[in-house]
Amino acid sequence: MRLDEEEKAMLAGALGPARQWALRHQLAVGDFFDAPDFVPVGQAHVMADTESLGPSGVAWLEGLAALPSAERRVKVPTITDPRGLDFATYKRLKQTEAMAELEARTIAAFEALGVLMTNTCINYQTVLPPVRGEHMAFGDTGVVIYSNSVMGARSNFEGGPSALAAGLSGRTPRYGYHLESHRAGSKHFAVRYCPRDLADWGALGGIVGLRCNSYWEVPVLTGFATPPNSDELKHFGAALASFGSVALFHIPEVTPEATSLAAAFAGRSLPAAVSIEDEDMQAFYAGYAAKGEKVDVVVFAAPQLSLLELQQVADLVRGRHISADTTLIVATSPEIKFAADRMGLTASIERAGGIVTAGVCFYQSYAREMAEANGWQRLLTNSAKLVNIIGGYGYQPTLASMQRCVDSAVAGRIV
Amino acid sequence: MPIVLKCHRGIGPSVRGTALVARDNFSARYDLDRRQGTFSRPAHGLYGQAYHDKILVLVTAKGGVASAWMLRDMKERGIVPKAILFDRTNTILAQGAAFAELSLVDRFEAGDPTTLIRSEDELLVEPAAGRVTILNRD
Repeated sequence: MRLDEEEKAMLAGALGPARQWALRHQLAVGDFFDAPDFVPVGQAHVMADTESLGPSGVAWLEGLAALPSAERRVKVPTITDPRGLDFATYKRLKQTEAMAELEARTIAAFEALGVLMTNTCINYQTVLPPVRGEHMAFGDTGVVIYSNSVMGARSNFEGGPSALAAGLSGRTPRYGYHLESHRAGSKHFAVRYCPRDLADWGALGGIVGLRCNSYWEVPVLTGFATPPNSDELKHFGAALASFGSVALFHIPEVTPEATSLAAAFAGRSLPAAVSIEDEDMQAFYAGYAAKGEKVDVVVFAAPQLSLLELQQVADLVRGRHISADTTLIVATSPEIKFAADRMGLTASIERAGGIVTAGVCFYQSYAREMAEANGWQRLLTNSAKLVNIIGGYGYQPTLASMQRCVDSAVAGRIV
Repeated sequence: MPIVLKCHRGIGPSVRGTALVARDNFSARYDLDRRQGTFSRPAHGLYGQAYHDKILVLVTAKGGVASAWMLRDMKERGIVPKAILFDRTNTILAQGAAFAELSLVDRFEAGDPTTLIRSEDELLVEPAAGRVTILNRD
């Protein structure tokens, strides 16, 4: 890779060992993907929940945090994905003091590095949305696919170490979705089913993701009568990224780089369209079906809920009581939690027996340990992303609409 | 004469070990019980199998940026694959391999490695040379 003078200085260690590590790491990744050089980034977004970091990862971060201030602080605004634990709710969820201690150490280390603890996977809705053409080093696959597709920003999936390296160096290797040549559509899906709710949008993302099954495919979707809203695209993108490892999609006349169907494919010949029909949707739900079974935990998360979603949950539970045999958990960002507190939404949900968590997401919160401590197995959610992830943690997941999830939480069984 | 498979230049040191192959994908978060060292997702092609010291041969890496941290933590705790071979990786696993100094290669000239390599094959993986050798077959 071509290096400028500052990059050479960082690599040589002239700006301290943290930036030297960052450059070495980024060069290894850039070489692997044949990057020609680096590109400056506007922000970095670091996924680093403590379950993923483990004690060894936390100790590694603390090593960086112990360096002199000038050597350790990030060069560009660097924010965080959801944490592993919410100090306000962890005891109710039977998370342990050891987990809380590890979390506190991690936060202290990140703060010493100058990282802003936003603790959110919906930063594009709540912090500082990227703009078209802006290069980013975003972690969280849902953040990347939304920012690339809906906003026209340019980011690869950046794992926690790589995003932190970008924060420290202020740049990232120029490969993948930083390059115009990778951003053209490669598959065409004609949607002949009208998604009715957020679960349907997630299911659609799952269906398309399974048919793409590659980070390097760029699906183009047509057939929508009206433009989807931000929450709908959030669930669609999160599931598409989760099931298919996809980082960019286009919807002609909706997403900014696809001013037309031809533009979505950058003028190349259009591939034959693959139809998505009602029966595809039914088959997807059938893969996670359960009815009449006791439901242990109902989760609204993955991605964290917007203010509008929180209002929908609050409206659905108002005047009702969650079954004593079921736990209902809602996850949102700290900023949205403040707003929900102020507007009475949190109180409505908690009065019904639900738990509103801030700055965490269910699957990033020691999901296996929570299941064991609480005796949870059957999980119900309206998040297609979550049903894709959580099976590996020992849960039996079911996908349903928000309405059906709440009705089931009240009944204590899947209705 | 052992079978030599050329691939793109990879990440990590040269290693030798036994292959564990599936026409399936990989995420450390989605698919593994990292405490037990087994594939834990019931729908996964390697469900129930132990991965420690194996050379995993899979189609692609799935979403889930957590794998980038998890590979290093798995290595620190001593329950980790010896190498991972993909038909084509996503960015996360490549970044995670670089962070963990774990061997990883992809983009084989002869096609999808899950169709070329069998479970229990003895492999020599040389990332710097872009080469994987199947030692037990001609």
